[in-house]
Amino acid sequence: MEPIIQVKGIGKRYDIRHYQGKYVALRDVLMTVIKSPLRFFKEKAKAVTGIGAKEAFWALKEVSFNINAGEVVGVIGRNGAGKSTLLKILTGITPPTTGEIVMRGRVGSLLEVGTGFHPELTGRENIFLNGAILGMTRKQIAQNFDKIVEFAGIERFLDTPVKYYSSGMYVRLAFSVAAHLEPDILLVDEVLAVGDAEFQKKCLGKMEEVTSRDGRTILFVSHNMAAIQSLCKKCILMEKGQVKMVGETDEVIRQYLKGAESRGTEAFWKKEDRPGNSVARLDSVRLVDAGSKSIPYAFSNQAIGVEISYEVLEEGRMPLPNIHLFTSKGECAFVSVADHSDRLDRKGPHKAIAWIPANILNNETYSVNVAISTVRPLHIHANVPDAIAFRVLEDIDKASENDYNERLPGAVRPRLKWTSA
Amino acid sequence: MSAPVTIIRPKKTFSVADLRELWSYRELLYFFTWRDFKVRYKQTLIGAAWAILQPFVTMVVFSVFFGKLAQVPSDGVPYPIFVYVGLLFWQFFSGALSDTSNVLVGNQAIITKVYFPRLILPVSGILTKFVDFVFAAIILAGLMFYYGFVPHIEGLWLIPLLLVITFAASVGAGLILASMNVKYRDVRYALPFFIQILLFITPVIYPASIAGSWSWLLALNPMTGVIQSARAALLGTTVLNWNLLGISSAACLVLLFIGVVYFKKVERYFADIL
Repeated sequence: MEPIIQVKGIGKRYDIRHYQGKYVALRDVLMTVIKSPLRFFKEKAKAVTGIGAKEAFWALKEVSFNINAGEVVGVIGRNGAGKSTLLKILTGITPPTTGEIVMRGRVGSLLEVGTGFHPELTGRENIFLNGAILGMTRKQIAQNFDKIVEFAGIERFLDTPVKYYSSGMYVRLAFSVAAHLEPDILLVDEVLAVGDAEFQKKCLGKMEEVTSRDGRTILFVSHNMAAIQSLCKKCILMEKGQVKMVGETDEVIRQYLKGAESRGTEAFWKKEDRPGNSVARLDSVRLVDAGSKSIPYAFSNQAIGVEISYEVLEEGRMPLPNIHLFTSKGECAFVSVADHSDRLDRKGPHKAIAWIPANILNNETYSVNVAISTVRPLHIHANVPDAIAFRVLEDIDKASENDYNERLPGAVRPRLKWTSA
Repeated sequence: MSAPVTIIRPKKTFSVADLRELWSYRELLYFFTWRDFKVRYKQTLIGAAWAILQPFVTMVVFSVFFGKLAQVPSDGVPYPIFVYVGLLFWQFFSGALSDTSNVLVGNQAIITKVYFPRLILPVSGILTKFVDFVFAAIILAGLMFYYGFVPHIEGLWLIPLLLVITFAASVGAGLILASMNVKYRDVRYALPFFIQILLFITPVIYPASIAGSWSWLLALNPMTGVIQSARAALLGTTVLNWNLLGISSAACLVLLFIGVVYFKKVERYFADIL
């Protein structure tokens, strides 16, 4: 039998000018035309002929894979690996630059719960509107209406505008509409990241139910490894816009986690290619424990340090080392800058350690962006994104005492002091 | 069961397949129109009355200043009726323009999350205006009754054709503006000024006959032909000038063609830059 989804050599190029500039003002364009018409037309000609197309980057390149009917396939990969772009192309939101995709069956997509919900409209009206946007016919919506309402548990608020809904009710209603879509192929993005834990479980259950009962094909993009593991037998690993690996879920997840740590908890630079400028240059970055020993990972109940070795080449600029910590979803967890001190301004080698106290970080893989900057006025001398990355693990012995044994939502998971009266 | 096959390739320009697709999404078109209408009349206190009040008040103001004080000729018909026929079509057109210009940016949350033929959005925006038109037309009947003016019933058959032209002109111009607004977000701010200028080169407050032998130039503006013909057909002010209407229809087709082509060209990267 032919595969239900065939992806053949898909590529997507972004024009950086389009991408970064976001939008331009017409008056600015008109001003350029009036001020220097020659330059404007030259640039226009270059753009048309493609000479000036250097500022393009390929978000996806030569992506090919097949999916058979009834398979539930997970797509994983780091941020910027091209997962979302792939999904946007599959759903038709944005066209590919090269390649071809063939999908045999009705396609439904769920990139967000509650797309097109209008706050002024009632729950009832939004069910119809959202259903239509997701591709259901009026008849289908009417047939499933009672089931949708029941699953969401909002019977009493059906004729209340959704702007008065609590966020929980809103998400439940939105997911409920989506869960009753009946396409042959369902494309799902990180939609389960919203809602409370209990409802997430209910959604996962619902998805499992429909896939096993109706034999629906699902392509599921997620950072939630637990969800991927419980839903998908097969997985696709994306890296830098290409398919890195296709295979059994467990194997692919293992490869992915290995990849996440392959940058390691240490980074060194040779003298000639040290990142930086004439003010300061980085020598090394490493993850250390309280005894300044290098460590391959961290426990959540352990104080750790990010040790930054660098050299100051010019005095009087007060270059300060600083770190940005990012979660695996690419959110910035926090930023910290070394304190101002005359000592840090001195010429010569320096070693600074940013200490992260115990019980602050979540059960998560963090990547560390290390930079050296003058703060006022802001000037960045050296900047290394993803200089090191490390995992924070639960200390099993300690975990059993408390109730933490799963990752909690949030970029950090500080243990706060609680008082009770 | 034969399952539909979807093929995704790099986007080309407009083709017949687009029309077929648009047709298959007609239900969504209905829902968007329904949503716009519902939301608008939920948000405004006076509700549906707004659709009537707006042209009515404009008509009163114009009648006082242009009809009474400036003595603008009205081809022998009471000026309020004369100007209201013009306003009816004009407000359909200008309202459609200002609404559609923002339709893509305003719906970006949907555009970046789900696929449907993007043409649906501007078209549904204009359909909403059509509902307003129907409401506002009731006032015209009231006006005629008040002035004891007997309309040319036999001219009514022309109205659907005129509506089609107005609709097509709105779609054409609306598509151009909507696409421009995605890239150049200041188009929206220049638009009210542009519409105001357009009002004065359209025979809304004065008869088309004022331009004499130059009226063909005015007819390049599709609304000229529409408004002139509407008056000729309903009020019997002048004979129906088929040449004028022909020029306007042709201009409208050109506008529609440019609009669709430009929109399809820009459509390729809407979702990327929104």
